[in-house]
Amino acid sequence: MNVVEMIGITKRFPGIVANDNINLAIKKGEIHALLGENGAGKSTLMNVLFGLYQPEEGEIRINEKKVMITGPTMANELGIGMVHQHFMLVQPFTVTENIILGDERSKGGILDIKQAEKEIQKLSDQYGLKVDPSAKISDISVGMQQRVEILKTLYRGAETLIFDEPTAVLTPQEIDELISIMKNLVKEGKTIIFITHKLKEIMRTCDRVTVIRRGKVIDTVDVAGNDENTLASLMVGRKVSFSIDKEDAETGETILDIQNLVMEKGNGVKVINGLNMEVKAGEIVGLAGVDGNGQSELIEAITGLQSIKSGHIKLNKQDIANQRPRKITESGVGHIPEDRQKRGLVLDFTVSENMVLQTYYQPPFTKGMSIQFNEIDQFAKRLIEEYDVRTPSIDTPIRALSGGNQQKAIIAREVDREPTLLIAAQPTRGLDVGAIEFIHRKLVEQRDNGKAVLLVSLELDEILKLSDRIAVIYEGVIVGWVDPQNATEEELGLLMAGSALEKEAN
Amino acid sequence: MQSLLARLNKYSGATTAIISILLGMVVGAIMMLAAGYNPVAAYNALFVSALFQPYDLGETIRTITPLILTGLAVAIAFRTGLFNIGVEGQFIVGQLVAFIVATQLGLPPVIQVIVAVIMGGLAGALWGLVPGFLKASRGVHEVIVSIMMNFIALYLSNYLIRTWLAKGADSTPKIADSPPLKVDVLSQIFGGSRIHLGIFIALLGVFVMYYLLYRTKLGYELRAVGYNPRASEYAGMSVKRNIILSMMISGSFAGLAGASEVLGTSGYLSIEAAFTGIGFDGIAVALLGGNTPLGVIFAASLFGVLNYGGGNMQFEADVPFEVIRVVVAAIILFVAANISTKIVGRFRKQKGVKKHG
Repeated sequence: MNVVEMIGITKRFPGIVANDNINLAIKKGEIHALLGENGAGKSTLMNVLFGLYQPEEGEIRINEKKVMITGPTMANELGIGMVHQHFMLVQPFTVTENIILGDERSKGGILDIKQAEKEIQKLSDQYGLKVDPSAKISDISVGMQQRVEILKTLYRGAETLIFDEPTAVLTPQEIDELISIMKNLVKEGKTIIFITHKLKEIMRTCDRVTVIRRGKVIDTVDVAGNDENTLASLMVGRKVSFSIDKEDAETGETILDIQNLVMEKGNGVKVINGLNMEVKAGEIVGLAGVDGNGQSELIEAITGLQSIKSGHIKLNKQDIANQRPRKITESGVGHIPEDRQKRGLVLDFTVSENMVLQTYYQPPFTKGMSIQFNEIDQFAKRLIEEYDVRTPSIDTPIRALSGGNQQKAIIAREVDREPTLLIAAQPTRGLDVGAIEFIHRKLVEQRDNGKAVLLVSLELDEILKLSDRIAVIYEGVIVGWVDPQNATEEELGLLMAGSALEKEAN
Repeated sequence: MQSLLARLNKYSGATTAIISILLGMVVGAIMMLAAGYNPVAAYNALFVSALFQPYDLGETIRTITPLILTGLAVAIAFRTGLFNIGVEGQFIVGQLVAFIVATQLGLPPVIQVIVAVIMGGLAGALWGLVPGFLKASRGVHEVIVSIMMNFIALYLSNYLIRTWLAKGADSTPKIADSPPLKVDVLSQIFGGSRIHLGIFIALLGVFVMYYLLYRTKLGYELRAVGYNPRASEYAGMSVKRNIILSMMISGSFAGLAGASEVLGTSGYLSIEAAFTGIGFDGIAVALLGGNTPLGVIFAASLFGVLNYGGGNMQFEADVPFEVIRVVVAAIILFVAANISTKIVGRFRKQKGVKKHG
């Protein structure tokens, strides 16, 4: 029986068709993956199912009955729950308070917290979630918070659960636990729709997968009998290679040398707490860690975007700590920022104008006071050709380009300046397999040209594949160095969760 | 289709403006009908009397002149992401300083005018510097500071006029028999109207704004900071420096507007109980003109025509001038609410549905 059926769904936004005549049938009791690149239309489709968007055409059937879903409340009533990628929890509230929020059941006007707590405990035991209903959200881990989100949907009587990119914020161990929870849910009769672009997780978890590309359903296939390569080519529309050829690193002098770095937030909390690390010429150092352990602050300190409290940041033996960003850029640092749209690009500028964001004031781009657009255009033309940036023209606002092409433009700009240190933060986040391939090759090329590369990524695959050495960051310090040749994801995962420190403490 | 969409987007500023103007005039027409006037006759009188006689054309241009400059002032600040609501105050100090230079320094005639214009611009820049500096250094919102600076300008000006320039009277003596920026040849071409050289200052201002924004290193930085301060910081630009510079350039346009008014039109200063409104009209001009140099010319021209023609409409069609203020206000509301995008959007949607169905 199909618990959810979407027939001929079309959803348009000005200028694009996000969902084009999509058909999707979810069987009762299965884990059904929705696979597609960023911008393929997965989230739009699920927002239609959850009642956040109204489709222009098509119909939705729940338990084989035609319905009109006008909003999330109605979706809840029909037994559809959504576990959002970004949690919607009130930090100082307890688990129970968060779960009943918006669905408070009272006795004669008085909130019956005890009863709710009992029910939540029961649900948690039934599905093996191991959540403490009386704990405060601010005291529990990210993985635990996600389970609270799952409980929220169950408490509201969800039969079909939508998981939107649930593994993005988790450590490898937490991912394992999440997958077993998902399997438990299905065993107890629930149905799961799993939105993701990670092939490995689909192979491990799902029964069937529907592949969406550019708003259209390409195919729905059984996971059994298919492999990652087939799914990847379905998703991208062509063959892709997963491995990367690289020689052993030939390292030279130390380029980046960080000693006893301490950084504080405004409230005096130390976000970087005595960090030491170095990156040599000709190597890629991967910085692995769970999001929010000080990676962003470290990068902003090196690039001069945040000031440091104490310690040294040496580039080619010169201390660059607390220098202005322009000074640091000029002394040979290239930076592919983690938030490409907010930091890396002026979206309303043309492709051309974005190509000279750090160099516009230098000859030949500026003569005296006036800016030389002819020179800039020629330069931009060369870069978009060399780096295969697909754009209608160099005068197109860069906002109009796809994420992959925006990122290629940034990489072209940063690499072409020939920096001695290249910092690549989340260089492939949200990109399709083709763009990822290209960017990985470029990073290895930089290393082979004798540059020092610092790669910061939340994707362990990427870190393992590209790095010559891996540093693991946890709560603002490097807790261990790992050799990618011998490391397993499990080892890395334990370090990332801070277990090395706990061992020492014991 | 793609290229059509791109083209529509490119001109969407102009489309918005034109649709808003038409809608604004419809609102005015409805008001006139409700009050028992004939809108066709009224609008006819308005445009004919504003444009078709050399004298009226000259007077219309005189009305347009300060609007162009205050429009530019608001527009360039907007470009850097700042809302300079202090154009009014910068206009007043520009007027004041230009008058002081022209009357108190005893410079030779031609040099005196040139110095007065320049000093008026500088005074406006200084008045813009204060909110710019406080925004950059202390994070104080420029709107709050520049509103306060407006009051300081108004009452400082009144105080100096009363105690010094007018020696206790309500208004100062005239700078000269005829305002120094007024030249007889120009006046005669336009039927003896009060048109003056200020229009050339305004047009030069338009060119300067265009060149500055799109052809210089500084303009590149100002636009980058306006669009995305975080990326500008990443690129090594000083966001603070650009905020201060933008407010100063903006203030100097406003100061020039003040200088050109006192040196070209009135020729004297008087104690004002309230703001002139020319600075605030600049906000409307910039908004309607889409913050582009050319757009500012068109928008200022429209408001100039409405303001001047509206006065004549009162005589010829017997329609009260207040209707024109309503038309202007309605136009601004339509631009601000971006009504036209909705209309164009609905039109496109219907076409799309038809194609599919």
